[in-house]
Amino acid sequence: MEIEKLNTDDEDAAIPVDNNPETSRNAVQQTLMDFFMEVTLLSKFTARFFKQAIIPPYELKEFLKQCYIIGYKSLPLVGITGFIMGVVLTIQSRPTLAQFGAESWLPAMVGISIIREIGPVITALICAGKVGSGIGAELASMKVTEQIDAMEVSGINPFKYIVVTRILATTLMIPILVIISDAIALGGSLMAVNIKSDVSFNLFFGHVFEKLEFMDVIPSVIKTFFFGFAIGLVGCFKGYNSNKGTEGVGESANSSVVFASLLVFIMDMIAVQITSLFS
Amino acid sequence: MEPIIEKYNESTKGAINQEQSLMVETNHLAKSFGSKVVLKDFTMKLYKGENLVILGKSGGGKSVFIKLLVRLLDIDEGTVKVLGKDVSTLSDDELNELRQKVGFLFQSAALYDSMSVRENLEFPLRVMKDLKNEEKDQLVKEALDNVGLADAIDKKPSELSGGMRKRIGLARTLILKPEIILYDEPTTGLDPITSKEISKLILEMQKKYNTTSIIITHDMECAKITSNRIIVLKEGAVGAEGNYTELAKSEDAFVHSFFE
Repeated sequence: MEIEKLNTDDEDAAIPVDNNPETSRNAVQQTLMDFFMEVTLLSKFTARFFKQAIIPPYELKEFLKQCYIIGYKSLPLVGITGFIMGVVLTIQSRPTLAQFGAESWLPAMVGISIIREIGPVITALICAGKVGSGIGAELASMKVTEQIDAMEVSGINPFKYIVVTRILATTLMIPILVIISDAIALGGSLMAVNIKSDVSFNLFFGHVFEKLEFMDVIPSVIKTFFFGFAIGLVGCFKGYNSNKGTEGVGESANSSVVFASLLVFIMDMIAVQITSLFS
Repeated sequence: MEPIIEKYNESTKGAINQEQSLMVETNHLAKSFGSKVVLKDFTMKLYKGENLVILGKSGGGKSVFIKLLVRLLDIDEGTVKVLGKDVSTLSDDELNELRQKVGFLFQSAALYDSMSVRENLEFPLRVMKDLKNEEKDQLVKEALDNVGLADAIDKKPSELSGGMRKRIGLARTLILKPEIILYDEPTTGLDPITSKEISKLILEMQKKYNTTSIIITHDMECAKITSNRIIVLKEGAVGAEGNYTELAKSEDAFVHSFFE
């Protein structure tokens, strides 16, 4: 008991607790200041992107290269994820629907779920992890190794060459990846349905498209452009403004994923609200 | 080979006063980062054909100084004139035009990792819109021949050694035949033999293309081989100035410590 008391005393001595309300208030003020500073810098960065994207010359070759890297090279991961998504959703939903005798609704339910919500959000999150972190780390590494400075002293605009091309590529490629992922997920669902029953391709997709409406498909495609823009913007912003040496490379990659994922959820929430207003 | 670049330079020559032999001039230059004063009252002149070495302690503002010359950083006080142009007042287009006449070899060589050696060397040539592919190939080949690495043309930077990266960096710097070259610690991280080779290469290129150079270094062998004049940076200002032999005899303890 005595020893425990002594230890407790030692710990108290080792970790001084500052209960001063002034210190806590300062910490909160600093956090808020940092947040607003970040938002201001991101807004300026976004404005710079739009300005640089409009003004020629256009870096078409680099843009196509980034489309290949971001789109084509993400395809296997997005495809596998989409397939598993379709299989799991179908297997998990079947028993519940069977309880209510609504098994025939399975293709329609899975189709609507995937196309309206699960496909875009899951694919965007996968891309935030793969593409966003890749862009963040690559740009931060270029900054640390003075490659961005080297471009600037060569008389070439690094923002236009590096940032604009990557943001445009993610904005265009993420929607394409989502559409492919949705298709593969529905294929996975068809396979999962056929594990316990015998449903033809035509019957399955007939059910899916019978229940799908214009307001299911178009808003979900539109929002993926915003997801792609957010992933590219955040990755480039974090990488381009990295300034802590090699430590900053990891930090940029990490914060790109966290911030982009958060933005995907926030944008999805807004998109759902807007869609529900029109439907 | 020469006419390709000369033809291009001729078209932009009007913007820069070629008659003056004064290439770089700084007056009472000052730069701080927060409360840390890096440069204060730094005044110097660089004349055509000179190789000026700047010595100083690590973190003493040497690299900051050459970054101020090409406006990679903004000056706090004073003036910087490069090729007769006040760098701080130039528009973006004017600055880009000036930067094409000032080569910069970064400490890490700053080769673009995602590009091959050929693409790295072709990259600065993008500013020359009318250049044909054959002419580009010719310039790349010439630049690689200059640094003795013609075989490395299709390699990626990750496949090159430190010395090779520096050579390729130098080739990329030289490809536009700049009038002034800024070297940021060109021999750092290299063994003594490779360091000496790079130093000799710098001197060789200076003679071949009649360039003017500022060389930031801690390597006294490099300073000895390459310098016409040395400035010792002390507490953000010019601590001592002279040629290698003069400064080696200096009785100032700070200056002398570099030559021990």
